[in-house]
Amino acid sequence: MSSYTQKKGFGATIWDYITTVDHKKLAVMYLLAGTLFFAIAGFEALLMRIQLMKPNNDFVSAGFFNELLTMHGTTMLFLAATPLLFAFMNMLVPLQIGARDVAFPFLNSLGFWLFFLGAVFLHLSFFMGGAPDAGWTSYASLSLYSPGHGIDFYVLGLQISGAGTLISGLNFIVTIITMRAPGMTFMRMPLFTWTALVSSALILFAFPPLTIGLLMMLFDRMFGGNFFDHTMGGNTIIWEHLFWIFGHPEVYILVLPAFGLFSEIIPAFSRKRLFGYSSMVFATILIGFLGFMVWAHHMFTVGLGPTANAIFAVATMAIAVPTGMKVFNWILTIWGGSIKVTTPMLYALGFIPSFVAGGVTGVMQASAPLDYQLHDSYFIVAHFHYVIVGGIVTALFGSAHFYWPIFFNRMLNETLGKWTFWVFFIGFHLTFFVQHFLGLMGMPRRVFTYMEGQGWDQFNYISTIGALMMGVGVIMMVINCLMSIKGKPAGRDPWGDGRTLEWAIPQPIPFYNFRQTPLVRGLDPYWIEKQEGNKEGMTYAEPLGDIHMPNNSAIPFVISLGMFIAAFGALYNPDADKPWSIYVLIIGLAITFGAMIVRSVKDDHGFHLHKEEILEIEEQLYGKGGNK
Amino acid sequence: MMKGLKKWRLFSLLAVMMVFLSGCGEEYISALKPSGEVGKEQLNLLLLTTGIMTLVVVIVSVIYLLAFVKFRRSKVGENVIPKQVEGSHTLEVIWTVIPIILLLIIAVPVVTTTYKFADVAAMDEVDENGNKTALTVNVTAKLYWWEFEYPNQGIVTAQELVVPTGEKVYFNLKAADVKHSFWIPAVGGKMDTNVENLNKFYLVFDKESKDLKDGVFYGKCAELCGPSHALMDFKVKSLSPEAFDAWVDTMKATEGQTADKASTDLGEATFANSCLACHAVSGVGGTGGLGPNLTTFGDRNRVAGFLEHNEENLQAWIKNPGEYKPGNLMMNPDGTAPIYGDLSDEEIQALATYIMGLSVEK
Repeated sequence: MSSYTQKKGFGATIWDYITTVDHKKLAVMYLLAGTLFFAIAGFEALLMRIQLMKPNNDFVSAGFFNELLTMHGTTMLFLAATPLLFAFMNMLVPLQIGARDVAFPFLNSLGFWLFFLGAVFLHLSFFMGGAPDAGWTSYASLSLYSPGHGIDFYVLGLQISGAGTLISGLNFIVTIITMRAPGMTFMRMPLFTWTALVSSALILFAFPPLTIGLLMMLFDRMFGGNFFDHTMGGNTIIWEHLFWIFGHPEVYILVLPAFGLFSEIIPAFSRKRLFGYSSMVFATILIGFLGFMVWAHHMFTVGLGPTANAIFAVATMAIAVPTGMKVFNWILTIWGGSIKVTTPMLYALGFIPSFVAGGVTGVMQASAPLDYQLHDSYFIVAHFHYVIVGGIVTALFGSAHFYWPIFFNRMLNETLGKWTFWVFFIGFHLTFFVQHFLGLMGMPRRVFTYMEGQGWDQFNYISTIGALMMGVGVIMMVINCLMSIKGKPAGRDPWGDGRTLEWAIPQPIPFYNFRQTPLVRGLDPYWIEKQEGNKEGMTYAEPLGDIHMPNNSAIPFVISLGMFIAAFGALYNPDADKPWSIYVLIIGLAITFGAMIVRSVKDDHGFHLHKEEILEIEEQLYGKGGNK
Repeated sequence: MMKGLKKWRLFSLLAVMMVFLSGCGEEYISALKPSGEVGKEQLNLLLLTTGIMTLVVVIVSVIYLLAFVKFRRSKVGENVIPKQVEGSHTLEVIWTVIPIILLLIIAVPVVTTTYKFADVAAMDEVDENGNKTALTVNVTAKLYWWEFEYPNQGIVTAQELVVPTGEKVYFNLKAADVKHSFWIPAVGGKMDTNVENLNKFYLVFDKESKDLKDGVFYGKCAELCGPSHALMDFKVKSLSPEAFDAWVDTMKATEGQTADKASTDLGEATFANSCLACHAVSGVGGTGGLGPNLTTFGDRNRVAGFLEHNEENLQAWIKNPGEYKPGNLMMNPDGTAPIYGDLSDEEIQALATYIMGLSVEK
């Protein structure tokens, strides 16, 4: 049955990707979709920075600027950083724990399509009457006041894509708990898998408050509900609480996997096991837990009173302790190691001081009385970009270089990669370092322009130059990715310093990942095997036998498409001049529920791959004699 | 000896930062050059936290650079397999305890200052005649302007807050439409104006504003409130207590002042016909104006909160306010024309002259 490895036509390839439930293909789809939205949101940021390059600029209008800042924030967090991290989680978690796929491959595909179509829906707002313009936080009084359908796009788009994220989070939790290979105890799991687990648990607890908040907002805007309308007894502060009970953990949902990625890169290129592994695990869990205890530090100026402010201030400061533990453990991993400065390692090395700088400004803002000055000024803009760009984006770029051979069996160009790093890194510090001072000098955030004579002109100019450099860096990165298409196959463990299971698998990775389930004998199993001279790279836990695999399915796509269509109906339903909208809503929901019924009624047991087929596939992939 | 050296280091670091930070920004808007107790305490906290945090960044960076330089593979050799160290309990304890100590050093002043800034009990204190002893200002934030009511004095003004120096000025903060945030960076801040409840806090103004570049401190809206959020500026005039009392008296003297439709002055007549429904020209009254109170317009520093204060700008503003502040409520909801209709150029000129003439200080 060589159909598994045959070249397919274009149409068949598209169909294959729409129906696939393979975690590796979904990872590639997450990577592409995330990159697309990252580019869009980055472009929006550039437009804003050009507008702010000089005082009284009229490059974009005030209203459009608000749309840009809203979409930049929303897209970067929900539709760029989250899917890009999901790309790595999807690709790596099953490989790192020695599984053939995630626990629920069908849900994995459903999660992707819900995210993607929700994201597309949100972006269509630009062409359909205006994007949301109340900030990514969408504070209730302003978002209820906002005319047009922008906020409706925000509410419905995030609701759909948020459901996708929640489903994926659940999937990872179950996968990591139940699908580990024999010997892969919790305390032998690679740190990235640990962070994926904690981050997924955070998703499980953090997304429901957002879902509820969005639902209330939906009711307020579409059916005249009065959850947030204070003139009718509602309360806008409730939205702020709901949003930040979600919003603060969201930061950790993103930054923990980024920590995890660096915890893979740093040991690999230091040729040394992660220093203080168990305290790293402990710190990860502690950060995740504390992440839920600090949301009101986003609301110090709301007027919650001194007791609430003091408690949340101290709780927030406490997070610095486990985070500091992590930083010192990374440094001690490097200490006494053998450091090879590859591009991923360069990103990791750039990450440490940048992230520490972002972290310490966090402690400054945790000081409630000081935060009264810093809140909603450019200081906070500098702070969270230091955390998100310095922490998460460097992790994504570094890991793209590191894991490119796992994704595509190709290497990215190292020379271009290093150039990209320096251009991006210098641009990043140029953009955001001066913004600390802009904030202290009295510049509020989210302003579309500013007057001359307030002492802000020079720093804003510098900041824009930096932003342009970051733009150049991203373009160089994309060029590097495109160039790799023509590259040579990378083969197994191309860096030579791989430590965990994903590097032990022969390249290209067959769709069933592991011919035989591996037996894990300790932390960094591949490193152990290499040190013992095992050319195979793995010790197997079972003899070669039949493999049970899931079938492809178009149903996840259809379910998501139904939601996508229904969202348009819901969006236009309050308009008196669009009576057809109710039918669109009904048709969309009918498609979704119809597809769900089909899924429930039809038994799908997957299929078995027989021993002979496996051998045939491997011969085709690696030539005679098995692994290359 | 070692201890003294460390202290000296911290001190010199703080001194360097002080010079560096205070070199930043303009006196009338920078949080780094505060003129008032609240702002000064906030700056002290900033210096304390920045000092400690810079120390952390420097220490981490030094260890990390040292590790980076010492353990390059080109130095240790290509085929060396480093010792696979599991961890160290001693080190773990050290880098848990030291940050906790540093955080405690920060936490103590943070908690005490939090409570101190929230202490507005003096707002309700009265003297033997039952009059409030403290000055209170009711701030109402509206799209996109600020109303300042002095409830104990019975006067109201807009866009330019007038306060006495040397005493605690208490603020009741509220928003009339969407959420805004009240911020005077050079004096201290900030607090949100919510739509559903009153927020209270106080500020102290140390310095008379007349020596500043424009004669005023700059105030800002710090919460995204719509397209013209960036233009929702206000100004603060701090006067000596005597000058403030005099100002209050002249404001009180404008009681009953109005514009006459039958006036021979075209400006006043036009104002009475087109503007008076929303804009009062008497400083005596309460909050709730549809448009900013214009009694002191001639004394102000800006047109519409941000345009240079001259008649040309005022005329242009009256002609098309939507062009300067998108989304403002002087325009019809569809944004095509001002709610008072299109006025002739002659009327606008006369109107601008009239409004510029409204003053209590000249």
